[in-house]
Amino acid sequence: MTAFLTVLFGRLPIGWLQLSHNRTRLFAAIAGVAFANLLVFVQLGILGALNNTTTAPYALFDADIIVSSADANTLTDGSNVARQRLFQAMSVPGVAEGAPLYMANLEWQRSDGNFSTLQSFGVGVDQTEFLAPDIAAEFNVLALEDTVLIDRTTRGLPGDMLGSISSRTPFIFEANGRTLSAIGTLAVGAGFSSDGTLFTSDQTFLRLFTNRSSGAPNHILLNVQDGIDLTVVVDRLREVLPLDSVQVNTMADAAAADRSYQTTERPTGIIFGFGVLIGVLVGIVIVYQILSVDVSDHLKEYATFKAMGYGHSFFLGIVFEEAIILALFGFIPGLLTSIALYAGLATATGLPIAMGPDRAAVVLLGTLLACIISGAVATRRLAGADPADLF
Amino acid sequence: MTRRLENTSPIKVAGLNHWFGTGDARKQVIWDVNLSVTRGSLTVLMGPSGSGKTTVLTLMGCLREVHDGSVQLLGAELNGATEADAVALRRRLGFIFQAHNLHESLTASQNVLMGLEVHGRGDPAQQMRAAHHALELVGLADRLYYLPANLSGGQKQRVAVARALVSNPEIMFADEPTAALDKASGRTVVEILKSLGRERGTTTVMVTHDNRILELADRIVTLEDGRIVDDV
Ligand SMILES: Nc1ncnc2c1ncn2[C@@H]1O[C@H](COP(=O)(O)OP(=O)(O)OP(=O)(O)O)[C@@H](O)[C@H]1O
Ligand SMILES: [Mg+2]
Repeated sequence: MTAFLTVLFGRLPIGWLQLSHNRTRLFAAIAGVAFANLLVFVQLGILGALNNTTTAPYALFDADIIVSSADANTLTDGSNVARQRLFQAMSVPGVAEGAPLYMANLEWQRSDGNFSTLQSFGVGVDQTEFLAPDIAAEFNVLALEDTVLIDRTTRGLPGDMLGSISSRTPFIFEANGRTLSAIGTLAVGAGFSSDGTLFTSDQTFLRLFTNRSSGAPNHILLNVQDGIDLTVVVDRLREVLPLDSVQVNTMADAAAADRSYQTTERPTGIIFGFGVLIGVLVGIVIVYQILSVDVSDHLKEYATFKAMGYGHSFFLGIVFEEAIILALFGFIPGLLTSIALYAGLATATGLPIAMGPDRAAVVLLGTLLACIISGAVATRRLAGADPADLF
Repeated sequence: MTRRLENTSPIKVAGLNHWFGTGDARKQVIWDVNLSVTRGSLTVLMGPSGSGKTTVLTLMGCLREVHDGSVQLLGAELNGATEADAVALRRRLGFIFQAHNLHESLTASQNVLMGLEVHGRGDPAQQMRAAHHALELVGLADRLYYLPANLSGGQKQRVAVARALVSNPEIMFADEPTAALDKASGRTVVEILKSLGRERGTTTVMVTHDNRILELADRIVTLEDGRIVDDV
């Protein structure tokens, strides 16, 4: 290591020698940086899962525009939309077709007594053009009364309980007082507010949720005619529809707005975002402490170097060398522990928490930056190295 | 031309005054010091404690700002010199402190190497050979890779001497370099400095209380209350 750094810097790696001379301090510093990394990674992992599970339902649909209640911030909150709006929207030039989307949570008590909450979507069987292709492909069989597509990755299911479902070997279960046949599956996975996803025809949906009426869907999905600019149609719809009761957005905008609402306005998002900040601060403080103590401990040596003719940039170099070494050495164990912890969290919660190379790269850069900031603050102590005090 | 000036007198002090503190606490400690040092000589500064020896040495060695009077070091005026000038000048000097001030994390040869690296990137193998040679000169050929913690007080001070002389400084400043050493080690250190003057023309200015060393001096300057009272 020393030989490598000597070649790299073209000088003795004083920072490295200083750090490695005091093993206890070095390990404390590395542990501190690793811990801060772990904090940040865990928060980012959960935030990432929140982002993914928020936008995942949007990917189940293949619609251009979504009309929602004016008070809706997400796909799941907000009032219902009058079906009347669908007919109004259909008369707007550029709108090709439209469909009501019904949504509700289904509480399913499994045979082992446990409950699963299934986010259930009801769509007309002749409106599969609004569905993602893999769901649309399975959808025609849902014309049969009380048939559903069920999420085979629903949280908490024992083993491969729903893995072998097909239209010939359906999975029969009871919910809301009806006997349902799952004749196909999809894979969405658990989110923060549901354990899995369920798709039905609008007819089955309305039988399953008897308090819901066909005249009041949750959202209205619209597709525009080929070659027509989406934003133009959105603007026209906003002129026609009463904006005090509904909002009109492209599907992509709605997903983005939902995500930003979840991460910046809901407690979950804010708490975990705050956690990232805390992790960064913990890291900065730990590294600052270590580096400034290290500078203070070596003021006499630094003063000697000054007397020998070393300039200020040399000392800055030592401190930054130490900062970068701590960043890199702390990041690696932090990353490895986080990967292990992610696996544990994903298993325990069923949430999609996984390490991506982009996240690792961002945290590495952030760690380097934070350490360099700490180092920059710690260099103020260098002023204490006065060669005149040596004699 | 400058070269010749340096040759005759690498250090010229004229009308030097120095104060410490500000306001009411302001106290003059150096009074009108005039001194010219010959190249290659060993000059000893003596005097009672508090007489200003260290202050004069740090002023001449470019470690303390000159406020009043003139110090010409290697042909450069220190009064009004910038920090960059000071850094450049210090690279042509060697310092030996009372405390050795070796870097605890560096081996003996790495500590000495620091005296060379200040001059920039050179051939590493050659620099290392020079560092080893300097340690051989001070009799530490068998301690090259020892950390300071594993060296005796006298050995550490000799490493500090090697660090100071490795870059062939034109002037060597030493403040009580032998105070922490036993008689034999102290004499060895001073003899090394003395021989540097003979062989390389290195000028040495040394503060000492140590009477045993006076016989080696070319010149003895005595300070009292910040004034030169004797110069032989
Ligand atoms: N940094 C300082 N601030 C204020 N006063 C100082 C400072 N350094 C030295 N002095 C004062 O200046 C005077 C000369 O001090 P100096 O250290 O030069 O003496 P010295 O001859 O080296 O003494 P010693 O033999 O004890 O080392 C003393 O009165 C001392 O108290
Ligand atoms: Mg003194």
